[in-house]
Amino acid sequence: MTRTIDPRLLLATTTSKALTVGIRRLGRGGGTALPGLVAGYLDPRMLDKLAQRLPLGTVVVAGTNGKTTTSRMLAGMLAESGHRVAHNRSGSNLVRGISAALAEQMRAFGSGGPEIGVIESDENALPEILRRTSPRVVVLLNLFRDQLDRYGELETIASRWREALRTLDSSTTLVVNADDPTLAALAADSPATVVAFGLTEATATLAALPHASDAAACRICESPLQYHALFLSHLGHWHCPSCGAERPELLLAASSIRLNGMRGLTMDIEDRRGPEATVAGDLEVALPGLYNAYNALAATAAARVLGLEFEPISRALSSFEAAFGRLERVTYRGRTLTLALSKNPVGFNEILRMITGEPLQMPLVIAINDLDADGRDVSWLWDVDFEVLAEPQHEAAWFIAAGLRGHDLAVRLKYGGIASERINDASCGRPLGEVLDEVIDATPKGSDVFMLLTYTALLQLRQALADRGVVEEFWAQ
Amino acid sequence: MQLRIGWLYGHEMNIYGDRGNVMALARRGEWRGLETTVVTIGLGDPIDVDEIDLYFWGGGQDREQIAVSRDLQGEKGAALRVAVEDGAPVLAVCGGYQLLGHSYHPHEGDDLPGISAIDVTSEAGHERFIGNVVVDTDEFDTLVGFENHSGKTHLGSGVTPLGRVRVGRGNNGTDGTEGARYRNVVGCYLHGALLPKNPHLADWLIERALERRYGDVTLASLDSTLERRAHDGVVARAAALQR
Repeated sequence: MTRTIDPRLLLATTTSKALTVGIRRLGRGGGTALPGLVAGYLDPRMLDKLAQRLPLGTVVVAGTNGKTTTSRMLAGMLAESGHRVAHNRSGSNLVRGISAALAEQMRAFGSGGPEIGVIESDENALPEILRRTSPRVVVLLNLFRDQLDRYGELETIASRWREALRTLDSSTTLVVNADDPTLAALAADSPATVVAFGLTEATATLAALPHASDAAACRICESPLQYHALFLSHLGHWHCPSCGAERPELLLAASSIRLNGMRGLTMDIEDRRGPEATVAGDLEVALPGLYNAYNALAATAAARVLGLEFEPISRALSSFEAAFGRLERVTYRGRTLTLALSKNPVGFNEILRMITGEPLQMPLVIAINDLDADGRDVSWLWDVDFEVLAEPQHEAAWFIAAGLRGHDLAVRLKYGGIASERINDASCGRPLGEVLDEVIDATPKGSDVFMLLTYTALLQLRQALADRGVVEEFWAQ
Repeated sequence: MQLRIGWLYGHEMNIYGDRGNVMALARRGEWRGLETTVVTIGLGDPIDVDEIDLYFWGGGQDREQIAVSRDLQGEKGAALRVAVEDGAPVLAVCGGYQLLGHSYHPHEGDDLPGISAIDVTSEAGHERFIGNVVVDTDEFDTLVGFENHSGKTHLGSGVTPLGRVRVGRGNNGTDGTEGARYRNVVGCYLHGALLPKNPHLADWLIERALERRYGDVTLASLDSTLERRAHDGVVARAAALQR
C-alpha cells in the first residue's frame, strides 16, 4: 500500500473536492462532473492512482439497466459487513464523474479512508474504466438497446466490451449474467475467471420473446435461439438447437422468486461455487419487479465472490432504499407519488408490467425528454409495449403526456389502442413542476400517482419536488 | 376491402422504432374498417406478390443485413422487383432502402448486393449522421423523422429525390437530397418512426395499395390531431436544436 504523498494527485483531489463543495453551495447542481473534469487536467492519472490506493481493490458494475441499483446494493452489503466503501453513488458514471466521487471520499494520506471501491460504469466508458482501475471484480448485468443515437448499435458496444474483456487476466473475476446470451458469449471469450449467475425460476416466465428483445440469434452460428424459460426481454434459460451452445452452468442461482406487487420480492439464492452449495432462503428485497431480482442476485454474486456471508447481504437487501427516481416513493400534498426512471424499452416494459398488475385508477404521467442525457432519438417509444395500458381493467386511468417530446408519446399511446379522449397532451413541453401541481389538484387525497420519466425529466421533476421541500437534492441522498 | 401489409424482415431489420410504421399502417387501415393483416416475411420465407398489397422494410444492423442480402438473391429478390414494377407501394427505410438499390459498399469485406429495384447505390461513410430531420417535398409536403446512419446513398437517373433536407443530412450529407422516389416506392433514411408522425404519407401508401386491387378509392378521413401536433413538434424541436 502506497501512502507516499503525490503532490500532483493531492492537488487534483483537493481541487476536485473544493469544486464539488463550491458548486453545491452555489446551488448549481450536484457537482458530479466538472470537478472530475478539472482534476483530470491537473492529474490525468488521478483515477488510476485513487483506484490503486484502495487496499481491497475495486468492483466495476456495468450493464444497460440496473447498474445504479446493483452497485448501491453491493455497496450496502459491503458496508453491512463492516467495510469502508468508496462509491459513485450519485450515478455519475463517466470517468470524470467517477474520479470526482472517489476524490471526494478519499483521504489524500493517513488512515481510515475507504478500503474498497464500487464503481458504476457507463457502457461506453467501460473499456477505459477497466484499463484505469484494474478491478478485482467486474459485474456485467445485461445489454439492451439504449440510446442508440449516442452509442450506435448494440453490436458496437458488444464488440468494444469483447475487446476490453479480452485484456483481463484470471486475477479478475467476471460476475456475469448468463441468462443474457450476448454476455455469456463475451465472458466465454475472456481470460478472466467467470462466475455465471442466473435464474432457475420457472413461474416468472414470459410467454414469448417480447418485442424489445435484442438477442434472438445465436452468437456462434446465427441460428434462432430457443428458450426453456424466458424471464425478461431476451434474458432466460437459452440454448441453440443448431450448434449446441447453451447457457453456462450457474454458479449463483436464484429460485423461488415471489413478487409481492409494489412492496418488494423474496427469493432464494444458492451459491454453488464450492463442493457443497450454500443456500440463503427467503431473502427479502425491498424493491419490486423481476428485474430487481436480477439486480439483487448480481450484487449478491459479487458480494459472495468478495467473501461476504449471507447475513450482511440479507440485511442490506431488506433495508435497501431505492436510488433517486428508481421507483422512489414520496408523499406530496397527501398523495403518494411513485417516480420511475423509464428510459429504454426493456426498463419501460418492466415498469409497465409492475404497475399494471392491479387496475390503474388514477392519472399516469409519462414525461419524455430528448436532451443529450436522454438520447435525442425518441424512436424507442415504438419498441415499448404500451398496449398493456389499453386493456379494459385500466379504463379508469387517463394518461398525461408531458416533456419535450410528449406529443410523440401521445401518438404512441393512441396507436397502442388507447382512445384519444383519454390522452391529455396539453402539458407537452411545459415545466414538470406545474404539471405535477395540476395533476395533484385533479387527484383525490390518498391516491397513488405514477410518474414515468426519462432521465432529464426525472431530474427536472425532482428539482421541483426539492423546491417544494418534499425531497432532498439527489446528491445529498 | 382488404389491406395486406407485408413486413419485410420484421425480425431481422427492425430498429429505431421501425415497427411503429407497421402499426401506423395497420391502425389506419383498421380505423377505416379495412380488413387489415400483417404478414412478416423473414429469412427463407417466400414472397407471394399476389398476396401482399403494401410492403414495409426497415433498417438493420450490419450482421442482419448480410444475411438478408444473401436471402434476396435469386427468386425472392426477383419477386420483389416484379411487385415494384407492378406499382406495389413500398416504404423502405435505411437498410431496406439500401438493399432495394443496386448494392451497399462496406468499409471492409465484399459489396452487399441489393436487388436493383430502384436506381440507387450506397456505401459506408466515415461520419455518422444523427439527428432530427425535416424534409420539404413536392408530393408529401413536409416529412419529419430522425436519421441515424453512416451509409451514404447516391441517386441514379432512374429515381427522383424524395425531397430536400431543411434540417438534417439526408442521403449522403453533401447534395441536400433525402430519399428516393420511383413508381410507388418511397426509400429514405427517416426513422423515428416515420409514418405515425407523417400520417399523410401513411394514407398515400394505403391509398395506392387499395387502388391497385380495387381501382379508384377515396379514403375516409381520420382525426389526426395528435399526429399533426407530433409532426409540428418535431419541426419546432429540430429548429430549436439547430439554433
